[in-house]
Order: sequence, then structure tokens, then C-alpha cells
Amino acid sequence: MLPKSQLWLLLALVAAGVASALSRFLDPYILDVVMGVGIAITLASSLNLINGFTGQFSLGHAGFMAVGAYTSAMLTTTLGPKLGASPVLLQWAVFPASLLLAGLAAALAGLAVGAPSLRLKGDYLAIVTLGFGEIIKVLLQNMDVVGGARGLVGIPDYTNLFWTFGVAAVTVYVVWGLLNSTYGRGFLAVADDEVAAEAMGLNTTRYKITAFVVGSFFAGVAGGLYAHLKGYLNPGGFDFNKSIEIVVMVILGGMGRHVGVIVAAILLGVLNETLRSFGDYRMILYSLLLIILMLTRPQGLFTWPLWKKKAT
Amino acid sequence: MSVLLRALRHLGWVCALGPAIVALAVEPIRVGEFSSLTGREAGLGQYTHMGVVLALEELNAAGGVGGRPLVVLAEDTQSKAGESATVVRKLITRDHVVAIIGEGASGRCLEGAPIAQRAGIPVVTPSATNPKVTAIGDCIFRVCFTDPFQGTVMAKFARDSLNVRKVGLLVDVASPYSLGLAEFFRQRCRVDGGQIVGEQRFSGGDKDFRGQLTALKAANADALFVPCYYGDASLILLQARQLGITVPILGGDGFEAPELVQVAGAAANGACFPVHFSTDDTAPRSRGFVERFSKRWNKVPTGVSALGYDTLMLIADAIRRAGGTDPKSIRGALAATTAFEGVTGRIAIDAERNARKPASIVRVEGGQFRFLQAVTP
Repeated sequence: MLPKSQLWLLLALVAAGVASALSRFLDPYILDVVMGVGIAITLASSLNLINGFTGQFSLGHAGFMAVGAYTSAMLTTTLGPKLGASPVLLQWAVFPASLLLAGLAAALAGLAVGAPSLRLKGDYLAIVTLGFGEIIKVLLQNMDVVGGARGLVGIPDYTNLFWTFGVAAVTVYVVWGLLNSTYGRGFLAVADDEVAAEAMGLNTTRYKITAFVVGSFFAGVAGGLYAHLKGYLNPGGFDFNKSIEIVVMVILGGMGRHVGVIVAAILLGVLNETLRSFGDYRMILYSLLLIILMLTRPQGLFTWPLWKKKAT
Repeated sequence: MSVLLRALRHLGWVCALGPAIVALAVEPIRVGEFSSLTGREAGLGQYTHMGVVLALEELNAAGGVGGRPLVVLAEDTQSKAGESATVVRKLITRDHVVAIIGEGASGRCLEGAPIAQRAGIPVVTPSATNPKVTAIGDCIFRVCFTDPFQGTVMAKFARDSLNVRKVGLLVDVASPYSLGLAEFFRQRCRVDGGQIVGEQRFSGGDKDFRGQLTALKAANADALFVPCYYGDASLILLQARQLGITVPILGGDGFEAPELVQVAGAAANGACFPVHFSTDDTAPRSRGFVERFSKRWNKVPTGVSALGYDTLMLIADAIRRAGGTDPKSIRGALAATTAFEGVTGRIAIDAERNARKPASIVRVEGGQFRFLQAVTP
């Protein structure tokens, strides 16, 4: 008998596989929105590890996503045709490999940014990560090999329901598993009281870097999925606003709550599309709903004791 | 008697309602539009959309296309990456549009257009000037001119209208836009027997251009070609006049912004550049458009409004010529466009699906962009 959390993961993967097999009966528009939600879950859950559970304020998630998106897109567009493999093999072997490398590249970027800057606290870290995100954007805009400011065109559409929700399930599983391990309690300790955690002998900087690197890894994988869903990348799409969008999901869902953040990612994705029928009033309604939700549920969407973080 | 009267009355009702019922029964032709109606580039999207709506109202008031009214389903991309792909999928699979009016911003057009290309739905973009956009595939068209085209037009204008033989170039090496314009200007200039007497470089965002300008002044050029955006251009104009350079300064469509005059002031006077549409154009078509637009929206149209108007009119014209609403035949009719009379000039679609049309050249005079002439390549 498998432990409960692993059973859940297996179940989610099977469900994603079944849904993916049935996806050709679905409207491509609905599919696009649903996969967008899957990617948002990955992004929000991974940022939740950094911002929610470890209590660090990162505004650079879109930057790590960009690193992953461009890495994986460059791999599949330049390497893919050279391999001469069949489309099926490309989608089921080369693409996941590119996602993994995308994650590793983003994790490396996370380490490079995190190692020097995570000694900073609070607002300072926010500024550093914000700066990092902008640097990535400007670098990409000036790199001709990736299309520069014009953007990268012709990315194959390998992303499907299995990959998006498979990755989302793995992300949630890793974050959940990490936090419920003996080692992982340290993240919560760092978030609750850094000085006390240090006094207890925890290497707080190391914890922060770990959270940062793991979070960046999944942001990178999400970026790879995004690239192969939209088929086109533009550095402008990974600006400060994109980071804010992810931060909003985490805050709306409740900092450091697993289910709340997932629900927030789903809610915001679906809301964005259902409000389309309101035309010009869409953005006003969207913003208004955010304000109302924040005023009525400042603690997050879901605060069941069952899912509450067990610190304090 | 009363029965007869009643019957007559019923007949009257039928006569009055009949055409209305028939009209209701006629399925409207669905055209999609994705543009940045909100967000950073909302100005671009809104002004384009107003032009599209004006064209739509005029078409429907005149009885639609082939007896069927048109509807435009406009979707907002929020000026954000990632939205275009979603809304284009929606327009195609949910709304079953027969043609799409594309994003005016090249970046987002490049995102949405490949999806339409795969589905075989023709896309016409009002103002995406990047050459890559129409290179996506045989379903993607545009009604504006491209970046390389401007370089050619300005070289021709310098040679034919200003009688300039010796030109100095000042190029922004950090911008593909600037490099592209300069390259095509140089080519055309050589073909016409002109001479590039000096070429200087800068990097977008520089503040001091005196060194480059002094060198160009010493080269004794009859005119300067400075392809860049208004931010750099206004400083270049200012410093050129301070250094006593009096020859005409030519630019690209990046000059078109009120900021050019606000920063450069009187130094901007005399600068010439191409625009997609000039509200000053005296051609009756353009005059009529400006009047109708101002009446409908209480605003003066911008270049993209005229392009948006032409885009829908061209699509309607293609549907008429195709004799049906099959996307494939609409695509064929669009590609076969040879002389569409738009408010921005006569448009022909070339083999690369770009518009061949005259460019309006304007000159800055007393803080205003005055229409000078239309130049055909």
C-alpha cells in the first residue's frame, strides 16, 4: 500500500492521462483555457513555496518562467528537427527532456540570484528579484538568436493536458511532500520567525535558497509548457505584470495554503475568460472582484483546519 | 366585411414584418477581431476598433455584403502576451468567424496569426509593420506598409521631390527597425544614382548626438535620413539645428508622435516622414472619412483608425468578390486584390501578402504634421 500522498499523485497523473486521451473531443479554445489554468497552478504552487511557506517576497517568478520558456523552446525548435524523430517521439520524449532542462536552467538562475540576495530580508529581496526579472526581459530583447524584441516564432504545440496537469500534480506533490518532511518544517520556521529559527540552529539562508531553487525549477518547467502551448514567445510577456499576476494568485489563495492557492489559480483563469462577455467592463469587474475577495477573505479563499499550515 | 378588414389588416402586418423576419432569418457574416482594447497599447487598439466599427455600420447601412449583414466579434488581448493565442482559438472554434482582423501590434499578431493559419482562416492586420508577420503563411495579410517599404519610399521622395543627391545617414544600431529602414534606403538611393556621403551610428536612448552630427555636417550632405523613433529623433532634430544644420531631415513613421514637436519645438519644422494616413490628405476619400469619423466618434481619427476602416472594408470587398463566405475563397480573393480603393490609398496585395500602396509624406510646420504628398514606390 502506497502512502496517501503518493496515491493522490498517481491518481492525478492517471486522470491527466485519461483527460489527455479524450482531449481531441474538446473545443480547442476550452482546451487552451484549461491548459492555461494547469500552468497557472504550477506557477502559483511553486511561488507559494517561496512567498507563502518560506515567507520570502519574490517578484521575479516571471523571469524564471522566461528562462525555462526560452530554454525549452530553443531546444525543441533547433534540436528537434535535427534529431529527425517522429512527431510522437518528439512530443513524448524530446519535449519532456526539454522541460526538464528548462527547469534546471531556471533552477540555476534561481541559485545565481538567490545565493547572493537571500541574505537580504523582506522588501530588499523583492527589489532584487524584481530587478532580476527585468534584466532577463531586457537580455532576451537584445538576443537575436531568440528573435529579440520581435519574439520567437514557430514553436511546435507539444503541450497537452497530460503534461500540464502531470506537471501541476508533481509540483503540488513536491511542495506538499517537502513541507511535511522533517527537513521541510524548517521552511515554516524561517517564515514564522527567522531569528528564532536561527537560534534553534537552522541554517536559514540555506532554507531560503532551497525554496528559491525548487520554486524556480517549477517556474521554468511551467515556462516550457507555456511556450509550447502558445507557440510564440515575446520577452514583453514576462514582465513585472506577469510576476504580479502569480503573486496575486498566491495572496488570494492564502499565503502558505495548498488548496487555496490552487483554487485561486483556477478561479482567476476561469474568471478572465467568463468575463469576456462583459466586453469593455471586463477589467473593471475583474479588478472589483479582486478587491471584494481581498476585503472579505483577507486570510485566503480556503482556511479549513485540515489544510492549515501546522506551524505556530 | 369585418372579416375582410381583419384579413387585410393581417396582410398589412405580414407585409410590414415579412422583410424583417426574412432579414432575421439571414445569418450574419461573422468577422473576428483581436486587438489591444485595454492595457498599455489601448490607444492603438481603441482607435483601430473605432475605425472598424465605423466601417461595419456603413456596410450594414448599405445592406451588408451579398444581402447578409456583417457582425464583428471583437476580443481584447489586454496588450498582454499569451492572450492572443487564446482569443484567436475562441474566435475560430466558438464563434466560427470567416475572417479575422488581426492585432495592430506585431508581437501579438505573431502570436495569434499562426493559429488562424493552421485553421485556414484569413487574417488581415491593420498596422503590424514587422516583415515577419505576413511570412507566417498564405492566410496572413496586411493593409499597412512594411518597415523596408518606408526606406524605399523615403529614398524615392528625397530623389524625386527634394532633388537630393548626397545623403547622410544617422542609424540606431540597436534597433532592427532603424537598420531595416536604412538598408532599403541605401539600396534605392544607389539604384537612383544617389550618393551616401556619410554614415554615423548611435544607440537608441543616447542623449548626445553632436559628434555624429558634426561629422555629417562636414560631409556636406543635401539631406539627412534619420530612421528612428520620436524620442531620439526629437533630440537629434534639436541638436542638428543648434549645430547649424539646415538641410532637410527625413525620418520614418516612428517620428509620428506629439512628443516630437513638444521636445524639439521649432527645430522640428521642416522634418519629413511617411505616415499611414494623414488627416490633412486632400483626396476626397480621405476627407470624407475624417468627416464621418469625427461625426460618429467626436474625435479626430488617427492613422490606425483609417487602417482599421480599410481592413474591414477590404475583407467585405473580398467576401463580395469571392461570392461566398468560405474562408478559403475569401483568402483567394484577398490575395487577388489588385486595386482596392481604401481611405489610406489604393491598395494592391503583392505575392508576400503585403499592401502595395502610396505612403503619405508629411512635413512638420509650426508644430503641425502637414500633408505634403503621396509617394508611390
